Amino acid sequence: MSEADTLTGEVPQEVRGWIGQKRYEQEGEFDVERGYIYTSCASVENGSPLFWNEKAANEITSGWIAPPSMISVWFRPHAFAPNRTGTAQPLQVHFDLKEKLDLPEAIMTDNTIVFRDPVRPGDRLRTWQVLRSVSEPKTTKLGTGRFWVIDVEYVNQKGESVGTESYTGFGYKRQT
Amino acid sequence: MERVLTIDQVKPGAELPELGYDVTATTVVLGALASRDWRPMHHDRDFAQIRNGTRDIFLNTPNQAAWFERYLTDWTGPYGRLGRMKFRMRDSVFPGDRMVFRGRVDAVHTDDAGCGWADVTVKLSVGDKLCTECTARIALPTAAGDNPWTRRGERWKPDAEVGTASARR
Repeated sequence: MSEADTLTGEVPQEVRGWIGQKRYEQEGEFDVERGYIYTSCASVENGSPLFWNEKAANEITSGWIAPPSMISVWFRPHAFAPNRTGTAQPLQVHFDLKEKLDLPEAIMTDNTIVFRDPVRPGDRLRTWQVLRSVSEPKTTKLGTGRFWVIDVEYVNQKGESVGTESYTGFGYKRQT
Repeated sequence: MERVLTIDQVKPGAELPELGYDVTATTVVLGALASRDWRPMHHDRDFAQIRNGTRDIFLNTPNQAAWFERYLTDWTGPYGRLGRMKFRMRDSVFPGDRMVFRGRVDAVHTDDAGCGWADVTVKLSVGDKLCTECTARIALPTAAGDNPWTRRGERWKPDAEVGTASARR
């Protein structure tokens, strides 16, 4: 057994097959809109004129934009939709890993975001997820489990990249 | 006239103004809902305690990103444009905590496209406890009249490695 096999030996073949694969490509359920932008800004008391002053937005960013840090906001589904069966989850690969690896709890530990073209009200974004890695078993103060890295790509309706996120998650079983 | 912080005004080692904020349950819940994060550990104390083993509901990841953005752009003014942000959550932020953001400029440089960048480390702490550490790269005008927001394509390289040593200040 190679070193690589040793590190991934207990990870199911199906999960190993996800590594590097583009999964869950989807279009946002609604256009980027200013109501959520206001709510986000209010939640952190962000008074930047880019989001509150149209003259400043026109002069500096050639019109309204969304705060760059909102990039993932446009893809989180509500718990309910009339024709949906099953539970829709943001970052579905993360939840797939929890299930397939039998790790009922999980937290995010690291988040890296690269921001490219600004996101603007009226944009309809597309996204997909790519599993990059799954660690060998680790024990932390929360419990024993595995770390994994998932990249999320975002593009606008013109196919232009608006950003990339990389999440490190830790799925675990609590210490008994 | 909006305030313009230009790259020549920023030096490595410079400290950003501190920001303190008293976190309430409303802070956590509003932040979660603003980021469309409906997971129960960000609004249901019983779930957070029983399932996650935490003492209370806690600030979610995307809302922390929003706090870091607000902190950085409070400092730069609206011409500052975030290029990259990485943060590691070491401990959670709960209702009742007073979170404090402190930032320091690590490096200032200009890339081969002529874009001025400041690399900044921001620490979110509660008392003596470091909860989240963020490293960010934010573009600043190189002079009055320059505007990082006009950059696209090859003129906008937020994930490029830092340029030559001579470009660093």
